[in-house]
Amino acid sequence: MVTHESGAVHAHAAPTGFIWKYIFSTDHKIIGIQYILLALVSAFVGMFLSVLMRIHLVWPNAKLPFIAGGVMTPEQYLALLTMHGSIMVFMVLTTAPQSGFGNYFLPIQIGAADMAFPVINMLSFWITFLSLLVMLAAFFVVGGAPISGWTAYPPLSALGEIAGPGQGAGQTLWVIGVAIFCGASLMGALNFITTTIDLRTKGMSLMRMPLTVWAWFLTAILGLLAFGVLLAACILLLLDRTAMTSFFIPGGLVITDQQVAHKGGSTLLWQHLFWFFGHPEVYIAILPGMGVTSHMLSTFARKPVFGYRAMVYAMCSIGFLGFCVWGHHMFVSGMSPYSALAFSLLTMSIGVPSAIKTFNWLGTLWGGQIRFTTAMLFALGFVSLFVSGGLSGLFLAQPAIDLYFHDTYFVVGHFHLIMGVAAIFGMFSALFFWFPKMFGRHLNEPLGKLHFWITFIGVYAIFMPMHYLGMAGHPRRYSDLSGANFLGPLMPVQRFISIAAFLTIAVQFIFLINFLWSLKFGKKAEKNPWEATTLEWTIPSPPPHDNFAGVEPVIYRAAYEYAQPGAVEDYVPQHLAPEQVARAR
Amino acid sequence: MRRKKACAGSTTVAVSLAIFLVIFTAITLYTFFAKTWWFPDPITTFGRDIDQQFLRTLVITGIVFVLSQLGLAWVIFRYRGRGQRAQHIEGNLTMEVVWTLATLVLFVGLGVYAERAWAEVHFRSAVPGAVQIEVTGQQFVWNFRYPGPDGKFGRLDPKLVNASGGNPLGLDPTDPAGKDDLVVPVVAVPVNREVELLIRSQDVTHSFFVRELRLKQDAVPGLLIRIHFSATQTGQYEIPCAELCGLGHYRMRSFLTVMPQADYDKWLADQAAANQ
Ligand code: HEM
Ligand SMILES: [Cu+2]
Ligand SMILES: [Cu+2]
Repeated sequence: MVTHESGAVHAHAAPTGFIWKYIFSTDHKIIGIQYILLALVSAFVGMFLSVLMRIHLVWPNAKLPFIAGGVMTPEQYLALLTMHGSIMVFMVLTTAPQSGFGNYFLPIQIGAADMAFPVINMLSFWITFLSLLVMLAAFFVVGGAPISGWTAYPPLSALGEIAGPGQGAGQTLWVIGVAIFCGASLMGALNFITTTIDLRTKGMSLMRMPLTVWAWFLTAILGLLAFGVLLAACILLLLDRTAMTSFFIPGGLVITDQQVAHKGGSTLLWQHLFWFFGHPEVYIAILPGMGVTSHMLSTFARKPVFGYRAMVYAMCSIGFLGFCVWGHHMFVSGMSPYSALAFSLLTMSIGVPSAIKTFNWLGTLWGGQIRFTTAMLFALGFVSLFVSGGLSGLFLAQPAIDLYFHDTYFVVGHFHLIMGVAAIFGMFSALFFWFPKMFGRHLNEPLGKLHFWITFIGVYAIFMPMHYLGMAGHPRRYSDLSGANFLGPLMPVQRFISIAAFLTIAVQFIFLINFLWSLKFGKKAEKNPWEATTLEWTIPSPPPHDNFAGVEPVIYRAAYEYAQPGAVEDYVPQHLAPEQVARAR
Repeated sequence: MRRKKACAGSTTVAVSLAIFLVIFTAITLYTFFAKTWWFPDPITTFGRDIDQQFLRTLVITGIVFVLSQLGLAWVIFRYRGRGQRAQHIEGNLTMEVVWTLATLVLFVGLGVYAERAWAEVHFRSAVPGAVQIEVTGQQFVWNFRYPGPDGKFGRLDPKLVNASGGNPLGLDPTDPAGKDDLVVPVVAVPVNREVELLIRSQDVTHSFFVRELRLKQDAVPGLLIRIHFSATQTGQYEIPCAELCGLGHYRMRSFLTVMPQADYDKWLADQAAANQ
């Protein structure tokens, strides 16, 4: 075991001055909050774009604000779609769960004073911020934002303006923005990995780490392996667009009667590179949520995590298998149908560790004494969503069935539940749980519960019916239902979805108000309000600049020692020396 | 030392959440059983195979779905905090092994079972004598080319492509094999005969999709992809484009008509005459 003596006692002085303290801070806690705020703003932008899309789908002639010309055109719909997907995936799901909460709590939970490379940490954030600006700039250039979706398949994404509005400067900005984002994520991943390996405090063996730390650690490894590939792919695409190379463009293309001068490339190459990143990316989004859920269920059921080791091994195998299944996005792409067999069986087997996690979560609740805090409610919602969203994956993993479902709304329903909403529930859970530690005040619980209930019902009302649209064959990325006769009868379902979406999105403002109000007026938090066991609850709320005030904590036991026989309290914190544990007679 | 009292109102929350999960599960089951929204009827034998496999998967995932959601509802209700002390359980190796093996066999077994339908579409090539039709996607139309009486497709030259001038595929007029080629924007096929499609694209990626055939295949620039089917039911079916191809993606649509052999022969002759 590698524990770095100097790690936790890095007693560096707190910076003074607003700029160094809050803007270009190298403190992992400030950086974590910066990432969370970036994700929060991005999530509201992304949601706003989806509102416009949902209005247009069901009232195609509605006059809309922020839309040039008032009534949305097909290319404007696709531009919103592309930006909604890209912002949600990159700027929300990849930032808050990992770089946000991970940054804040990974060092504290392993007993370190900061990340291994604080300056790199600061740069990661600001480079991520730059990539967001570059991406958003696409809205404001001639032709507008790109229309090729968040997957940016060439040749549509490679040919430039000739392929459609938004495919000129907008698409170039998108590619550059994503490439910059990859750079920032790589730096962040290195930082997380090094920190976890090197800076664990005395006694914090791997198998004593909270499952949140395991999740962030594994996510960082996935990020390191995945973002490098996406970065390479983006650079090649950028070269195709600007330097007349032909990595992704085959010869002999003619678009709107104009010859394309490129030759010799392969469009499938992009799809392989993209999905080699893209599938692990969905685990990058969801693993931290899994870690958080395990953490909450144990804390609020007052029980150890059921099958801690099984949970760790399941996450490791999800991470490993996650790199072996990218072909399930390409069953109808024209790749060899024989490779589909391998990808299919590997994907089906990734259902196994996912099921293990679910069963262990139920096992953790079994025999517990459940406290229904808002954090716990979101974690329970996560379990339900994870099951609902995960099972539809078993359909899509079978190439024969995917022949029908590929690129229909069935897929849209599937990935929103499992990747979008489940991950977001993980974030809400984390926020309600850790807000008191981060800001010294509680979020308002009644408002939180109201927000939970409407959101939980709402997201099911939005995304379950999408599976039915998919069964009726409704293709995704359609800006209008007038394009095919069989779509007309599906309009009532689309209307239902839109209305559910408006309501659900509206209640997110309850959350926003709760967040802002509680920062200032929330109930004051004690050191350990949830009676939890891990290290963050041993230090003040909010923690001082160097976390442990220069004292290196020592760890005596596993992370989730609840309901220990013999102990008086129903929880025994990790840092408590055996002789300090109050014994029942 | 002080022990927190069980959260006030925990029974209300537990019961509401459990009830919600039960209702949600019931509604989901109902919509599948009632087939409120369902697939259009398949018109190929392997389409029926695929529907069978869908049902098998639905049953298995349905069981896991119901057990997990109701299980969750049950533990939420049963173990709500009422001042009891939680049991100290760290895990159970036997259970871990059992559910790991059970899901492995179930899920992978399901995957193996599904390969039959896939093999039928993709591992076998079309029978000799199948009707050959070339399908070309371009922003935002489908073009279908029949080889004509000689059974041979003429050469294409991208430099000659001129959709506005009436040569959308770039047929080379100097190739005699192309003289009788027929290019049409909708496709007809004879019923109960194997048809082989040669799918290509001229600009960006599109996707050929006919719901009733249970068949989808991307049209990929630079590749010529062959798929085959044999339709058992006459009628007209829509061909929506299923891969984002640009602003007109949503309206890139054509029709497949499956007709008796005699009607098909007549249709071909009529089209050829109209094309002269
Ligand atoms: C607030 C609730 C949300 C609503 C109402 C919503 C709605 C939509 C709609 C209407 C589409 C386009 C479907 C189509 O035309 O094919 C879409 C696509 C997408 N959404 Fe969401 N969404 C929501 C939240 C999220 C979240 C949280 C994520 C995070 C992962 C997300 C990620 C995506 C992605 C990746 C796409 C695909 C974009 C593409 O096709 O390139 N969405 N969403
Ligand atoms: Cu995937
Ligand atoms: Cu299309």
